[in-house]
Amino acid sequence: MESKVNKYSYQLKLFNTLFIIFWLLISIFPFVWTFWGSFKVKADFFSRSDWWNAIYGLNTIIETGGRYTFEAYINSWIEGEFWRAARNTLIVTVSVTTISLFLGTLGAYALSRSTYKYTFWILIAALVFRAMPHITLVSGYLFPFFQLKIWGILPTTIIVLVAINQPFTLWLLYSFFKTVPKELDESALIDGCSYFQAFRHIIMPVMWPGVITAGLFSLMLAYNDFTVTALLLNQQNYTMVPKINAFLGTVEHGGNYMWAVASVVSATAPLFMIVMFFQRNLISGLTTGAIKG
Amino acid sequence: MPHKTFFWFFFPSGLAMLLFIGLPIFSSLFQSLHIETQQILIEVETCDPFGCEMEMQVDQDATSKLRDEKPMGKFNGLGTYKDRNHLAFSELGEAWGQKTSFKNFISTLLNLPFYKALLFTLTFCFTVTPFVIVLGFFVALSLNVLSKSIKGPLIFGSILPMIVTPLIGSLVLFWMIDAQGILGASLQFIFDDPNLSLKSSKNLTWMMLIIYGIWHNTPFAFIVFYAGLQTVPQDPVEAAIIDGASRSQRVRFIVLPHLYPVATFIALICLMDNFRVLEPILGFSAEGVAQSLSWMIYQDLRNETQMLFGSAGATSMLTIIGVGILLTPVLLRTWKEFKTER
Repeated sequence: MESKVNKYSYQLKLFNTLFIIFWLLISIFPFVWTFWGSFKVKADFFSRSDWWNAIYGLNTIIETGGRYTFEAYINSWIEGEFWRAARNTLIVTVSVTTISLFLGTLGAYALSRSTYKYTFWILIAALVFRAMPHITLVSGYLFPFFQLKIWGILPTTIIVLVAINQPFTLWLLYSFFKTVPKELDESALIDGCSYFQAFRHIIMPVMWPGVITAGLFSLMLAYNDFTVTALLLNQQNYTMVPKINAFLGTVEHGGNYMWAVASVVSATAPLFMIVMFFQRNLISGLTTGAIKG
Repeated sequence: MPHKTFFWFFFPSGLAMLLFIGLPIFSSLFQSLHIETQQILIEVETCDPFGCEMEMQVDQDATSKLRDEKPMGKFNGLGTYKDRNHLAFSELGEAWGQKTSFKNFISTLLNLPFYKALLFTLTFCFTVTPFVIVLGFFVALSLNVLSKSIKGPLIFGSILPMIVTPLIGSLVLFWMIDAQGILGASLQFIFDDPNLSLKSSKNLTWMMLIIYGIWHNTPFAFIVFYAGLQTVPQDPVEAAIIDGASRSQRVRFIVLPHLYPVATFIALICLMDNFRVLEPILGFSAEGVAQSLSWMIYQDLRNETQMLFGSAGATSMLTIIGVGILLTPVLLRTWKEFKTER
């Protein structure tokens, strides 16, 4: 029967194909363009006379002698100290992902296995917390953090990002844990396991898909965050996204706008690769919440 | 699970949320009721070859001493909420008293920073969301009928705008749409107007930001709809085919009703996320003509001379109230579901 349901007319197929091509063009082209342009000089990428220059690299040939130049990358990574930002991002991302998965799996497991009414209220509170704009929270952090002298350092930011990430992680893992049958851990409890042993040895091994999905989202949050990192870190400890913003603020007048372009490409590429690798998990994570609703 | 076990399992996660999400809200509230210590000015006589004159200077010592004593500043009650940069009651009262027409009053209202930001934030939220839902639905519908082998890469291509952080996404678009970028230059060529620049006009900037919002949010809607489409029951669809329903009729009477809850979910998440719009404004350097509530807080905290905690706190509280209003329908619905489940 499948074949009959999925039989579509010729016009429809044509329309579909055109529409998809149109959408893909919109979604992919900006990145391709920026990637291509990052190997040119500013006069080409922001060409006043003709944007064909950006494709053929007329000024790039004049200024550097070759059609491609790595100047922007080399300068932004070394002179602009983008390597430091990349290192900070690595530290923040790895720590946030690990800690929030650790806290999240424990909490979500408890939420999914408890039959008391307070679990509902905790989940509702998490939903409200999820809706809080991050900047309103940051405005609450700054003053106490200054007083406690913990502003500007990486550990503070890591803990804050873990906390901000918890509501979503809890909801996501909660719906994953719900799909694991209760009988599994109940039988382990009868055999004399403690709750923690049941969690550690029985439930976690079957939970890997869920954990990877939650981890991917934590990773994206930590990697992409701007609001928290820009306001809670000092210049030295900036991660990549606030660093790019800082490049824009100062470099525009300094004349080397291409630093920002090169660092945008450097920041985007690893993320795309990770997502390409874990694409299936990402989609399953996005959909668990929706299908339930 | 016994209470005690539950407590220890949930404790670390709960503590993190309480300390870094729950408490900051109170901290913001507390800050919003205080106002920063003003700089103390003293009169000093400065002399140069052309003579002596008296001028006002900041007394650094006295100011920093006062700030150390009372880092929070002095208690201000609801004063910050009422001032010109927030709810501006007195300005509004005055404008209402002097108004020549209703239109006149509205224009005064929208020139006050808070209401200006509120208008942009709401316009952004409520324009982006419907477009995202419709566009996302069509992308999902079109991708769903393609053959399995090419779906994977196509899905990856489609979700790229969502993966990148808004700052990077808006920069990437901005560099193209800039008067010297490929799109901006092409538009100048098409309209034959060398001075055409999307940055120059308020309406065009707003439009550009909204287009960015749609671009960034559509992949999310698309993925959720796509997953929803996989769960559409096939039996009614087959029955409809036998009864002679066309494809559009099938979509309208079977698929759409099935996806209705999914659409409300997307609308909710979109509204919630777009209410905090900040990065696109920075990425497009659109601060001049488009300010959002989040941007106001950001600006207060980035203030060069002194961080305006009081002002930022007040805007934060007002923003949180706004989020609360947006969230009420969902909370009510979840509550009803919970009631019926038991």
